[in-house]
Amino acid sequence: MEKRVTFSRWTIGILFAVPQLLLIFTFFYWPAGQAVYWSLTLQQPWGGGNIWVGLDNFRSILSNADYWNSITASLIFAGISTGLAMFIALVLAALTDRQLAGSRLYRVVLIWPYGIAAPALALAFRFILAPEAGFMAVVNQVWPGSWDPGLDGTDAMASIIIAFSWKYVGYNFIFFLAAFQAIPRSLIEAAAMDGSGVVRRFWDIQFPLITPTIFFLLVINITESFQDSFGIVDIMTSGGPANATNLMVYKIYSDGFRGLDYSGAAAQSIILMLLIIVLTIFQFRFIERRVHYR
Amino acid sequence: MVERTPFLNFFTHLILFVGFVFCVAPFVVVAIAASHNLKDVNDVPMSLLPGSDFWVNIKTAWTTADLGPKLLNSFIMAAGVAAGKVIISALTAFSIVYFRYPGRTLIFWLIFVTLMLPLEVRIVPTYAVVADVLSPYQAILDVTGISWLIEKVSGVRVSLSLGLLNSYTGLIMPLIATATGTFLYRQFFLTVPDELTEAARMDGAGPLRFFIDILLPLSRNNMAALGTIMFLWAWNQYLWPLLITTDQSHATAVTELKQLIPNVGGIPEWNIAMAGTLIVMLPPLIVVVAMQRWFVRGLIATEK
Repeated sequence: MEKRVTFSRWTIGILFAVPQLLLIFTFFYWPAGQAVYWSLTLQQPWGGGNIWVGLDNFRSILSNADYWNSITASLIFAGISTGLAMFIALVLAALTDRQLAGSRLYRVVLIWPYGIAAPALALAFRFILAPEAGFMAVVNQVWPGSWDPGLDGTDAMASIIIAFSWKYVGYNFIFFLAAFQAIPRSLIEAAAMDGSGVVRRFWDIQFPLITPTIFFLLVINITESFQDSFGIVDIMTSGGPANATNLMVYKIYSDGFRGLDYSGAAAQSIILMLLIIVLTIFQFRFIERRVHYR
Repeated sequence: MVERTPFLNFFTHLILFVGFVFCVAPFVVVAIAASHNLKDVNDVPMSLLPGSDFWVNIKTAWTTADLGPKLLNSFIMAAGVAAGKVIISALTAFSIVYFRYPGRTLIFWLIFVTLMLPLEVRIVPTYAVVADVLSPYQAILDVTGISWLIEKVSGVRVSLSLGLLNSYTGLIMPLIATATGTFLYRQFFLTVPDELTEAARMDGAGPLRFFIDILLPLSRNNMAALGTIMFLWAWNQYLWPLLITTDQSHATAVTELKQLIPNVGGIPEWNIAMAGTLIVMLPPLIVVVAMQRWFVRGLIATEK
């Protein structure tokens, strides 16, 4: 889409774009290029610049069992928390959209979790799920030793999944509800006149019409599970126990800033970037379909 | 809505109510735990009746984590990011939509690509840039030979260097360097009728005048929505402030939460930790409640 009427003094036009261009050059393109450079070189231990090592950094990372463990953990985390957060949000949004008494209240309250900082809710859930105090302690009293995120990798993974899903139910709810409300009421009323029930209307009319939103949220949830999980992991488990929750961004951080292995961290960043770019391109393929319904 | 479905209605209410409880419960538990004394908070099961130590715990958390200045830092960062985004995105969108100049499509795509890679994945090199924000320019001068030329001609060795670690600028700038807001404005500017621009031009208004007197007042809604979202987003940042504020004086409230995690040895002071959590989660919650309309609208518009 283009404007028919524009201003002719285009030097002024470029000036308007300069602040943004300077910012993204300095804080986006340069660092991104730097990451590529570092991933292909190795820093000398006693200074003296970087030496070119080609793809060696990638080879050593990809042959490292810890890295594959981190990828597996990230994928498990992404898969379960995305599924959980989207399914619960879809059910809640579909039911809120029925507009029974009280639906206004739900519309307000159910989006609150998304406003909370990931580390803050992580600390809250660390207490709620703590094995010695809080609520899981009750479970431990009945079956001693059945729950301990500090020692058991599965419990730790479950904890961060619960915390992340809780936040993103709120996020997905906002989008699902907006998608449901964008469906013309007359469509649903017409179907009701034809004698279809609530469930039938959901599967035959509402669900097909919100599939674009589902695809969109699927991609966003997965990419967010790579990024927004950092605060949750750092506060709740610090990547432990025994690397069970050492997700990809957390590993980049601990290798780069704790281990001071810039080249290794940069190579990991590149792999993560590629992963996210692929996901984003996948998403843009569906953007066309999404726009059609408007 | 259209027919009578008593059973389904019952289940609708039931499920929504359960969802409501799960959504609110963590807030309630945090608030109640923050009101207990050390012994009560570690009781199994913890009593769900509020204790009497609420203000004592709040005070302790406030001083332990030094939350006063930290909340101020958070506020400065969040407000800075929100304001920067609202202004810079508007300028850029105006340039892209209302002018025809060579390279416009290139600029559009350069900005568009930044949507793809969030700060978290390029965190290590961004940190290096902020440690010396002029290093990219120094490198360009070195590589192109300009600094050699300057040294030959004037005898002055060019060494640009400006560290932004532990500064508000360093906190804020990299968070603004994405395209989120630009596209929100762009979509809106494209819906502004051309007749308005024609009329303004006929009355002798230049681009600057049109931008300030007509376009910006029309974008008020967009600004509120974008500002709300960006404020929350920046307030909730964790990894970035954690990295670049090595000095306590610039740490933010969210990064201070780490100080509140109870030690492993001894009886864990969960009441203090929860009081701190409550303080940190309250400001964004207030913004969400007070600005609900803009929050929802901004969220849906910026992500599209």
